[in-house]
Amino acid sequence: MNESDQTHARADHDLEMVIGRLLQIGVLIAGAVVLAGGVALLVHQGGAIANFSVFAGEPPTLSTLTGVVSGAWHLHPAQVIQLGLILLIATPVARVAFTLVAFWVQRDRFYVGVTALVLALLLYGLIWGRG
Amino acid sequence: MHGHIASHARAIIVTVLTLALLVAGGSFCAGLLGALTGLGGGIIVVPMLTLLFHVDLRYAIGASLVSVIATSSGAAAAYVREGYTNVRIGIFLEVATTIGALIGAALSGLIPTSALSVLFGVVLLYTAYRSGKRHEDHPVEGPPDPWSTRLRLASTYPTPNGLVAYDVVRVPAGFAIMFLAGCLSALLGIGSGVVKVLAMDQTMRLPFKVSTTTSNFMIGVTAAASAGVYLHRGYIEPTLAFPVMIGVLCGALLGARILGGARVLWLRRIFTVVIVVLAFEMLYKGARGLL
Repeated sequence: MNESDQTHARADHDLEMVIGRLLQIGVLIAGAVVLAGGVALLVHQGGAIANFSVFAGEPPTLSTLTGVVSGAWHLHPAQVIQLGLILLIATPVARVAFTLVAFWVQRDRFYVGVTALVLALLLYGLIWGRG
Repeated sequence: MHGHIASHARAIIVTVLTLALLVAGGSFCAGLLGALTGLGGGIIVVPMLTLLFHVDLRYAIGASLVSVIATSSGAAAAYVREGYTNVRIGIFLEVATTIGALIGAALSGLIPTSALSVLFGVVLLYTAYRSGKRHEDHPVEGPPDPWSTRLRLASTYPTPNGLVAYDVVRVPAGFAIMFLAGCLSALLGIGSGVVKVLAMDQTMRLPFKVSTTTSNFMIGVTAAASAGVYLHRGYIEPTLAFPVMIGVLCGALLGARILGGARVLWLRRIFTVVIVVLAFEMLYKGARGLL
């Protein structure tokens, strides 16, 4: 390994550290939103009887991006939780996006392509995915 | 059918508040044990929710996937600091895991929950079997794999004696096992770190530390692919996902903080016994059509 390779590896590692920190902050923000929504939910509906033994599926207000965002805007507790969960699901997506930028900066065309493919698959699942 | 009715009758009636507190406590223990033993907490969240709290398997899978993402992203900085992650290998194999996850998520609606329960039991047994094995590095000898050369997968990792170079072999086989890992992650709501380590450790011959840290990078990305699909399909119930996420995350963060080498050996044994018991319970309930 020559000197320029080592400098390169070091820069890679520093960038990875920044990405790791950003992910941690993302998880903490998502966790805070989920916790706030969760506490509000328990205050308002904590006394209701819980029954999740039969699968009914969530309504569109809790299972679509637009439904969740508009409900969270009006501070409905369940939608605030879902918003936090969507932020959480977005953290690995952000990680892949940062990786794409890192390969771009290195002018590594092949891996820019591979990373873009992974990002496209993730966005497909998150935005359109109904399976 | 008779047993099916009986199992519902046995479910204790609780309020949302009580259930949230119990689930948060159980998830905290799962996250803590998962971090201390390195086996991940996701593997016992689904059995806990279905067997103990009588939650439908699909809601349990949705909540568990969310906690898998929280653990992976939350631990990212700690793993990067160690300097072992091979981003090229990770992102290349993620093509296989994300395609596997999207296909698994598409299939899950077609597979009866009793069959998923049996599959879960089998994966739990395999996890218990692997946890009893010692990890040994098998450095690659002989000519390099043409795929590894083409994809520039060789790298170095830090050891007490300085940087050590490594290469990988059997890249197509590793890629195929990763596809399977992605499917299992989506079908069962787990990180399937054990299968990922099998692909990188056993098949591609990556050094153990490199494969575990690269696996952490991949687990969150794989889980995000299917979590998106499950959100649209209504598997993610906020009342359940909230205590599971907060519980597992707090448990995992505490576990990473107090982690300390050989002391965890007996803990690992206990956790393995728990996993075996849960495995037989999932197999039994699945085979009898009780889940």
